[in-house]
Amino acid sequence: MKGLYSLWKQSKRNWGVYFFILPALIVFVVFGLYPFIETFKISFYEWDGIATDAKFVGLANYIDIFIKNRVWWSSVWHAVFIAIFALTIQNAVALFLAVLVYRDIRAKKFYRMVFYIPPVLSLIVVGLIWRFIYNNEYGILNYWLNLLGLHNLTRPWLADPKTALTCIAIVQSWQGLGNAFLLFYAGLQVIPEELFEAAHVDGANAWRRFIHITIPSLIPVSTLVAILTLLGTMQTFPLVIAMTNGGPGFHTEVPVTRIYKMAFESYHFGYATAEAVILGIMLLILSLVQLRVSKQLDYR
Amino acid sequence: MRRVHFGKGKKNYMEIKIKRKTLANIPAHMVLILWSLVSIFPLVWMFMASLKEQNEVFSNLSLIPQAWKFMNYVTAWNVGNFGIYFFNSVFYTAVTLGLALLLSSMAAYAFARFRFLGRNFFYFLFIGSLMIPIPGAFIPLYVLLIKLGLADTRLGLILPYTNASLALAIFILKTFFENIPKDIEEAAIIDGCGKFDMYWRIFLPLAKPAIATVSIFTVLNVWNEFLLALIVINNRNLMPIQRGIMVFQGEHLTDYPLLMAGLTIATVPLLVVYFFLSKYILKGITAGAVKG
Repeated sequence: MKGLYSLWKQSKRNWGVYFFILPALIVFVVFGLYPFIETFKISFYEWDGIATDAKFVGLANYIDIFIKNRVWWSSVWHAVFIAIFALTIQNAVALFLAVLVYRDIRAKKFYRMVFYIPPVLSLIVVGLIWRFIYNNEYGILNYWLNLLGLHNLTRPWLADPKTALTCIAIVQSWQGLGNAFLLFYAGLQVIPEELFEAAHVDGANAWRRFIHITIPSLIPVSTLVAILTLLGTMQTFPLVIAMTNGGPGFHTEVPVTRIYKMAFESYHFGYATAEAVILGIMLLILSLVQLRVSKQLDYR
Repeated sequence: MRRVHFGKGKKNYMEIKIKRKTLANIPAHMVLILWSLVSIFPLVWMFMASLKEQNEVFSNLSLIPQAWKFMNYVTAWNVGNFGIYFFNSVFYTAVTLGLALLLSSMAAYAFARFRFLGRNFFYFLFIGSLMIPIPGAFIPLYVLLIKLGLADTRLGLILPYTNASLALAIFILKTFFENIPKDIEEAAIIDGCGKFDMYWRIFLPLAKPAIATVSIFTVLNVWNEFLLALIVINNRNLMPIQRGIMVFQGEHLTDYPLLMAGLTIATVPLLVVYFFLSKYILKGITAGAVKG
């Protein structure tokens, strides 16, 4: 109580402080917090986004999504596929490259600089360039495959339901790799040098040092990489719009393209926000699970 | 790059060791160079294709253009509207950056240097928005912008962009302000410095490295943003470049050289900013990675 009273006294003396946070707070409350809360509210309505009166339908949107909406769940599955691709292949390669660059090697700065170029680029630009590379007739991928004599491997990569999603996953990982690389690299840099020296004195070879020092020290940063990868891939949007717009058929639809189209092409604002709430809750649960797992690994 | 001096014999030994290391590193370099090539190849392909003749796209599939048609850039800039899109993006990025820096540094200063009622509550409100995924908030945001009469206006894009930049900026700047020693403040108070003077004349100039880190992330995010630009802006004269690219692409499906020229126009400014500020990216990411 006394602490609170002194805090109150301090606040009164320092009331001018609130002027410092007020502008940021207003912008945040109006354009961040309010839409966030409204998302939940709208999800209980049937609304075309235009009419002045929306019809309250309770959980009907949610029930419909869970029971009937195959396209939505397949779009979730597509995002999960992209996420798993990135979590395994992309992050393994990123860690490998980070360890290589972290060693005593020349041109560290150059590699660091170049590897982070893809994450700097916009997803629209990246998507359109790769769409051109994958193009059936004018793309350089099929051209090279033909040059190498691999004619039967050529195909319309993004128009073929069998390859389209994998092609997107590859591009997503191509771009995301630089980010994961830099995070791993930063994680490696903060491992105290003395740990390695002590292990060296104790006669541990390079491999054992890697397993017993490098890997455990990287657990916190790996969690961060995993969560960021998950949030990034599960909410991917511009890349899909630029490469396939969800096609062929619904084969490359992802959750955010569904949410966008449900709201701005089909004018079901309530239904779209219900989808968004479901996706948001799934992502929150996945992030929390990952934090939990990494904490347990860390304390061992 | 060893600057330690040893005796003569030792020096020779070190040189041999370094040479051996360089040799051992050759496989590593090969892997790293390979990934470097994979990283920049799409950009090379984009640039080379932007210099081809329109009908060359269908006949000459090699990397090297025959025409080297730099006129494509003039055409894209004028006829393809990329000039307008480009300046719109510059405007959105600059104004958002200015607003975000001002608002976030003021708030971060208060959070870092004062005790007041609701400090933790407000701070975690901001930081919480960094951690909680909100994939559908753009829908109510759009409704709100319509109600406020801000849909299809410049301000309708700038204010949400500013909001989206605040949380990370406050986090980075608050961490920085907290590490400034107390003595500076005390000396300033003795000199009769008020709160705002202290913020404006002492803390803000000291925060240059943190401001650089915030700036590069903000610039990248705003320049590359697409979803809000898609929803909020329909007037061509107001479109930022990512949105403009998709409009151009929709209307000129096979006009690859001009499209690639447009993509290059959208990319070069980013690469320039990145080239000058890249060390702050590593700094920012290191700070974030260490904090977890």
